[in-house]
Amino acid sequence: MDFSVFLQPAFSGGGTYLDWVLSGTKWTLLVSILAWIIAFIVGSVLGVLRTTPLAVLRAPATVYVEVFRNVPLLVQMFIWYFVLPEIVPLGMGDWMKTRMPMPEFWNAVLCLGFYTASRVAEQVRSGIQSIPIGQTYAGLAMGLTRGQVYRHVLLPMGYRIVIPPLTSEFLTIFKNSSVALTIGVLELTAQARQISEYTFRTFEAFTVATVIYVLITLVVTVGMRTLENKVRVPGYIGSAGK
Amino acid sequence: MIEIRNVSKWYGEFQVLANCTTRVSKGEVVVVCGPSGSGKSTLIKCVNGLEPFQQGDVVVDGISVSAKDTNLPKLRARIGMVFQNFELFPHMSVIDNITLAQIKVLGRSREDAIEKAHALLKRVGLTEQAPKYPGQLSGGQQQRVAIARGLAMDPIAMLFDEPTSALDPEMINEVLDVMVELAQEGMTMMVVTHEMGFARKVAHRVIFMDRGEIVEDAVKEDFFGKPRSERAQHFLSKILHH
Amino acid sequence: MFTGFDFDVISRSLPYLWQGMLFSLGLTLLSMLGGILLGTLLALMRLSSFTVLSAPAGGYVNLLRATPLILVIFWFYFLVPIAMKKITGDAYATGIGPFYSALIAFTMFEAAYYCEIIRAGIQSVPRGQGHAAYALGLNYRLAMTKIILPQAFRNMVPILLTQGIILFQDTSLVYVVGLTDFMGAASKVAQRDGRLVEMYLFAALVYFLLCFSASHFVRRLQVRYSTGR
Repeated sequence: MDFSVFLQPAFSGGGTYLDWVLSGTKWTLLVSILAWIIAFIVGSVLGVLRTTPLAVLRAPATVYVEVFRNVPLLVQMFIWYFVLPEIVPLGMGDWMKTRMPMPEFWNAVLCLGFYTASRVAEQVRSGIQSIPIGQTYAGLAMGLTRGQVYRHVLLPMGYRIVIPPLTSEFLTIFKNSSVALTIGVLELTAQARQISEYTFRTFEAFTVATVIYVLITLVVTVGMRTLENKVRVPGYIGSAGK
Repeated sequence: MIEIRNVSKWYGEFQVLANCTTRVSKGEVVVVCGPSGSGKSTLIKCVNGLEPFQQGDVVVDGISVSAKDTNLPKLRARIGMVFQNFELFPHMSVIDNITLAQIKVLGRSREDAIEKAHALLKRVGLTEQAPKYPGQLSGGQQQRVAIARGLAMDPIAMLFDEPTSALDPEMINEVLDVMVELAQEGMTMMVVTHEMGFARKVAHRVIFMDRGEIVEDAVKEDFFGKPRSERAQHFLSKILHH
Repeated sequence: MFTGFDFDVISRSLPYLWQGMLFSLGLTLLSMLGGILLGTLLALMRLSSFTVLSAPAGGYVNLLRATPLILVIFWFYFLVPIAMKKITGDAYATGIGPFYSALIAFTMFEAAYYCEIIRAGIQSVPRGQGHAAYALGLNYRLAMTKIILPQAFRNMVPILLTQGIILFQDTSLVYVVGLTDFMGAASKVAQRDGRLVEMYLFAALVYFLLCFSASHFVRRLQVRYSTGR
C-alpha cells in the first residue's frame, strides 16, 4: 500500500494524480448538485400534481413517473447522449452534436435530474398524502382555496415529513452520478479507474475514491439532520399524525 | 339560514345519505345524533360543500352549495367548522392558526387579525397559549383553539363535527362549556354529538339519523319526552345508560 | 423524425439480445437470492446486542450504501481475482470468470440494502411475539426461524420484490466492465451496426415493459396483503 502515488506527476494534465482526484470530486459534486436542483423542482411539481383531485393533471404526472422509474439510468443516459440529438428537429440536433458546450456534462446533469425527479415526485406525493384528509377539510372549511391549502397547510407539513427520504434521494443522486462516466464525464469513479490504469495502484485509487464518497455522505447526512431539527414542529411526533 | 333539501349521496353502490331534509334557522341550535356510520358527519360536511352529493341541494343564507357558479371558498369563510380531530395546523403557532384565514381570506391586516385572535383566546381561556404550537397543548385546549379559529371569521353559523369524541373524558367539559356559552349568546349552531347533556341544556331541536336517513327531527322536549321511532328509543337507551 | 428507422436491426439481433437478457435475469435472480441470504445474516448481526457482531455489520452496510454501485463493481473486479489467488494458492489463477465476479459484486452490494429492509421488517414484528416465543422456552434460533422471521418476511415480500426490480435495472451497469447482459448486447449491436437510436430505444422499451409489469404485479400483491389482514 503506497499512497505517495498521488503526489507523483500525473500522466497528463500537468498536475499530480491528487489533482485528478480533486477534479473528479469537483465534477461529481457539480453533476449531483445541478441535477438535484432539476430533480427537486420538477419532482415537487409532479408530486403535487399527483395529489390533485383533477385527473387531467394527475395522469401526465403519473405517466412521467412510471416511464422514468422503469427504465434503467444507464439506458436513459445513452438516450440523452446518443439518441436525443438524432430525433429532435434537425437544427437542434446539429447544435447538440457540434456546438453544445460540454455535451457529456450537461446531458448527464439533465438525465440524472429528470430521472431523479420521478423519485422525488413519489416522495413528495406520499408525504402530502400522509397528511390526514381532515387538514385539507379544515383549510377549505375556513374559506381557503385549494391552492392556498397547498401553500399554507399541505406543502409546509409535507416537506417537513419528506426531509429524511429526500436526503436519501440526494445521496442516491450523488452515487448515481458515477453513471455519467459511461458517456465520458471524468467524475470521481472515472478518475479512480483512470489512475488505477496509469499507475497500477488500483487498491489505493479505489480506496481514496471510496473514502471521499463516504465523507461526502457523512457531511450531507449531518447537514440534513441539522436542517430537520431546525424545521421540526414543536410537540409534533413523526409523520403518523394522530 | 341553513336549508338541507332532499340530499342523497352514494359512495359507488353504497348510499350514505338518503333524501335528507331539514333546516337550521337563525339563532337555532340543532343537535344531530345517531349510531356510527349513520351519515351524520357526512351530512354536516355537505353543509359547507366539503362532501359533494349527487342529489338535492343545500342552501346557506340564500346561496346554493351545489350550484356551479357558487364561490365555495367565499361561502365556507362565512361558516365556522370544528372537527373531531381538531385539525389545527401543526406547523403553525396557535396565533398563526387563528390569523391565517383572517389575513388570507378576509384580507384583514395582520394587526387586526392578531387583536381579534387575542380577544378570542381570552374568551376560550387560553390567553397564555398564543405562541405555542398545537402539539404542545392538551386535546381540550386544542379544540378550544379550533373553536376560536372558527369564530375569528365572524361566522353566520358554526358547524361542530363530534367536537368531543376524540377527547379524554376529563377534557370534555372545558370544550362543552365554551359551546354552551356560544349557544346562549345566540350563535346558529349545527352540532353532531352524542353529548345528550349538551343537547338537553341548549339545543332547540334534535335530529336522529340512522343508515343515512333522518329518522327523527323534533324539538328537544318532544325528542327526549317521547321519541317516536323505535330506532331512536333504542339508541337513546343505549347511550343514556352509561 | 423516424425516417430511416431500421427495425430490421432489432429482429436480426434478437437471438443475441435474448442471450443478454438471460444473463441479466440470471444475474438478477442469483444476486437477489444471495443478497437476501447475506442481508438476513447482516440484519441479525446488526440487531444483536453483542457489539462485536453489530459494529462490523453496521460498518459494512454503511460503507456499501455510501459507495456507488459502479465503484463497487470495479472493486470486486479487482479484488476477486486477488482473493482467488490467495485461496487457491495458484499465482496464475485467472479468477472465476466475469459472470461470477459480477455475481459476487452484486450480492455483496445488494446485501447491504436487503439488510436494512430486513432489519426494518424484523423490527416491525411486535416485541410481544419474541417475548411469547421465549416464554414458551424456544431458544434464539427457534424464535427467529419459526416465529419472527416468517412474520417479518411475510410483511416484506412486496418491498423485497421492489428492490429486486431495482436490482434488475442496476444489472445494466455491468456494461462498465464490458459484460454482455441485455444492455451490453444492445450496446454492442448498436456500435457494430451504427444503429444507436434503434437499439437504445428498443432497450428502453423492453426494460420499461418488464419493470412496469413487474411493479404493477407487486402493487397488486401489496393491496392483497394489506387488505388480507
